[in-house]
Amino acid sequence: MPQHKYSLAQEALAHARRSSEWAGVRFSSETTASRCVRNDMPEKNETCSEAGAMCEVLVNGHFGYSATADTTPEGLQRAFDRAIATTKTTSAYKAHGFTPAQRPASIGHYQSSRNKPLGATSLLEITDCLRAASAAMKGSARLVNRSAQVMTVQTRLAYFSSNGAAVEQNFDMVNIDLSATAAEGLESQTRTWSNAAQMGGEAFDRSRWTTEAQRVAEEALELLTAENCPTGTMDLILMPDQMMLQIHESIGHPLELDRILGDERNYAGWSFVKAADFGTLRYGSPLMNVSFDPGVRHEFASYAFDDGGNPAKRELLIEGGQLRRGLGSLESQARSGLPGVANFRSASWNRAPIDRMANLNLEAGGSTLDELIAQVETGVLMTTNRSWSIDDYRNKFQFGCERGQLIRNGKLAGVVRNPNYRGVTVDFWNRLAGVGKDTTAYGTPYCGKGEPSQVIRVGHASPPCLFKGVQVFGGAA
Amino acid sequence: MSHFMNTVRVHFDAVAKHVLGQLTEGEAITLNLSAEDTLYVRINANRVRQNTDVQQIGLSLQLQSRGRTVKQSCTLSGSLDADCDQLSGVLQACRAEVAVLAVDPNQVPVVNHGNSDEEFPGALVAPLDLVPAILEAAQGCDLAGLYAGGVVIRANRNSAGQSHWFATESFFLDYSLYDGPKAAKGSYAGARWDVLAWAANLANTRDLLDKLKRPTVNVKPGKYRTYLAPRAFADVLGIMGWNALSAAAWKQGRSPFKKWVEREAHFSPLLSFSENFGLALTPRFNSQGEVSESLLPLMQAGELCTLLVSSRTAKEYGLTGNAAEEGEAPRSLDVACGTLSARDILQAIGTGLYLSNVHYLNWSDPVSARVTGMTRYACFWVENGEIVGPINDLRWDESLYEALGTKLLALTDWADIDPACDTYYTRALGGSRVPGALIEGWTFTL
Repeated sequence: MPQHKYSLAQEALAHARRSSEWAGVRFSSETTASRCVRNDMPEKNETCSEAGAMCEVLVNGHFGYSATADTTPEGLQRAFDRAIATTKTTSAYKAHGFTPAQRPASIGHYQSSRNKPLGATSLLEITDCLRAASAAMKGSARLVNRSAQVMTVQTRLAYFSSNGAAVEQNFDMVNIDLSATAAEGLESQTRTWSNAAQMGGEAFDRSRWTTEAQRVAEEALELLTAENCPTGTMDLILMPDQMMLQIHESIGHPLELDRILGDERNYAGWSFVKAADFGTLRYGSPLMNVSFDPGVRHEFASYAFDDGGNPAKRELLIEGGQLRRGLGSLESQARSGLPGVANFRSASWNRAPIDRMANLNLEAGGSTLDELIAQVETGVLMTTNRSWSIDDYRNKFQFGCERGQLIRNGKLAGVVRNPNYRGVTVDFWNRLAGVGKDTTAYGTPYCGKGEPSQVIRVGHASPPCLFKGVQVFGGAA
Repeated sequence: MSHFMNTVRVHFDAVAKHVLGQLTEGEAITLNLSAEDTLYVRINANRVRQNTDVQQIGLSLQLQSRGRTVKQSCTLSGSLDADCDQLSGVLQACRAEVAVLAVDPNQVPVVNHGNSDEEFPGALVAPLDLVPAILEAAQGCDLAGLYAGGVVIRANRNSAGQSHWFATESFFLDYSLYDGPKAAKGSYAGARWDVLAWAANLANTRDLLDKLKRPTVNVKPGKYRTYLAPRAFADVLGIMGWNALSAAAWKQGRSPFKKWVEREAHFSPLLSFSENFGLALTPRFNSQGEVSESLLPLMQAGELCTLLVSSRTAKEYGLTGNAAEEGEAPRSLDVACGTLSARDILQAIGTGLYLSNVHYLNWSDPVSARVTGMTRYACFWVENGEIVGPINDLRWDESLYEALGTKLLALTDWADIDPACDTYYTRALGGSRVPGALIEGWTFTL
């Protein structure tokens, strides 16, 4: 635990406690380097270092916040004074009466998994990978855009509270995006490869980058002349890099307890899930098991404590297709009386925590991919999300992918472009007819939610899955 | 005049002088400042869910040297000594990267694009009075939403002598009123809180909510004549900010409007729009300090006037730049009105749909400019020129070439200003002014 932060916090917390029932302070610093080589030329080399403290008070049973970048003793005291003054007023109109029980006095430390610290990787090594990947996508004049991007993130969090919490968490993360766009005449198609995980310098594996780069370039060219995806009701196999989106939008968001409680109604929306559905709703087929698991090594949103100090652990949300538990913090659990998880998370030093997904995973089944394909008489296998849209209750969705492969009589039968599908959440998950045994984890840094708005990192691991009788369609002829 | 505006101005002058004073021969710098002092109040069920005060100052430093380009940004603490020390370190870090990186062939040289200085002070309600002012007026309502109010600042300076300053003190209250699952959307924004104006705004939204009390009509998927109210049409046109009007996206095969740019597809002669900085929603300068034309026509009677072209894109592809921001998305879109009056809308629909809002748009087939999205809030089934009742949410999937081409029947004779109320990272500036639109055969799919 950084001693100077501890001392700084104790002084400020003692000041705040004179006018509040409880106080907490979360120091956050994050350095994000975004680098891009496009068509073999440097496109972007930008580094953003954010640092500040979120001062939190409990006044008259209401939590209020004030964010400051002035982390001197005087700066923290001023921020606490602002939080107390505003919260004294707002507490007369509070949505719920809280106590310090929603802020456990946890003590602990977390260091994300990595084989080599990010800081030990030189800019030369990073640039070499980016240039090699961009070059590996070269090979045809029709490849009009060849982009290799990487984002490295180093986050340091230290959280202290007046009831004794002292938590330090450090994260090294890497998000790689390779993209090849092929164009001819008025047609164009893009293939991408992404890898977002808690990892360090080992992410800069030149050989893997060039292999993936060559593949996406070849597949972009292949799509340029492929047939349009057929239209009709048919079987659908989704690969893990599309399952990620399917899980996120149609399981994760509707199960957030703050959505169910109505906090998000004016922005992201409400939820078709009601409080009474927990323990009773058949969300999907008996093959469906979904876990909240912040403890998976290297997965993008692993952590040991949420931003309210709640120790994080794995919980099954859906078991054998039955809805069991929601994605709700101690605050949401107190408001709703429902079981939840440790998911009270903020995007940065200047945002208050809210209910978020972390790692939300579909548990593996027993089938190989070939066995899933063999179950399909007529269908499409879809890979890599391209388009996503879902209603504000998380019911009616339409998703599109970069690449499709026809399935005829249990065998793959050629590539198709512009594959899309649509459905309604519970009906769709009850069509789950096969779950693969080989899981792959993906992640994104861009899950948006909240007022004021926040983007946060989430991870989703899943095997390929088979769904029966889905509305599938292609692009314009 | 706001204390925060003055403090940040003095601080920016001092740290900019410190950094610019450290330049050596062959180096050029562009500085961009983004600051806010905002009170955010989140409301659910007409009660306060969370309140957050945020004071933040962010500064980015772009260094050009030996043909290389590096940008680094950091949070400023507000303490002059600490921030000067930090920025000296940032400059050194940029120099270290420049020594390693390859030449940037599309680098845009740092030049002086002039000076500007605009401040728009407001008269906001003091935090102690604010929450009662909002909630007590809405007693009995199930109101959910966000109040954000305070000072927002953007400033720019470079080593060639350029200097820009834009500061505004304003607020917005973006909210919804609920009656069970039925909801109506409202928005109240400005620079001065007016008790009567807020009461009137709330009454209008209540009236809209009352219209939802009629029995719900179950509309089946199909093609229907559809009226998009200004906020719904603003969202439909807003998706053009995702690559459609970007010159770089067009050149890189990523533009959904490629067929239009290359004269293989057409929009209706009824449709004209511009970037209009005269709306005073956002500064005219971009992060390079380039100053846009006050009015920049983008589409005139369905024909392309220009795409948005940043200087970097202009250099790479030999185009003429128009001071677009790096992402080449509209910052202050202004759509020309038509002739359809408010009193004629229901008759003009005849039988079809009235959509006040749409939700969660995305390109579903970019090559054919096809977009999918949902209906949201107060949307109605109309028969023989009269509202029958609200509808269940419908998914739609529609090509803009068709919807804004031969299927565009009319635009309203008025337009609504829709100020940006995005709050990712910081309060956004910008917005749009858009009329309503009547469209034949809008395609509903689910």
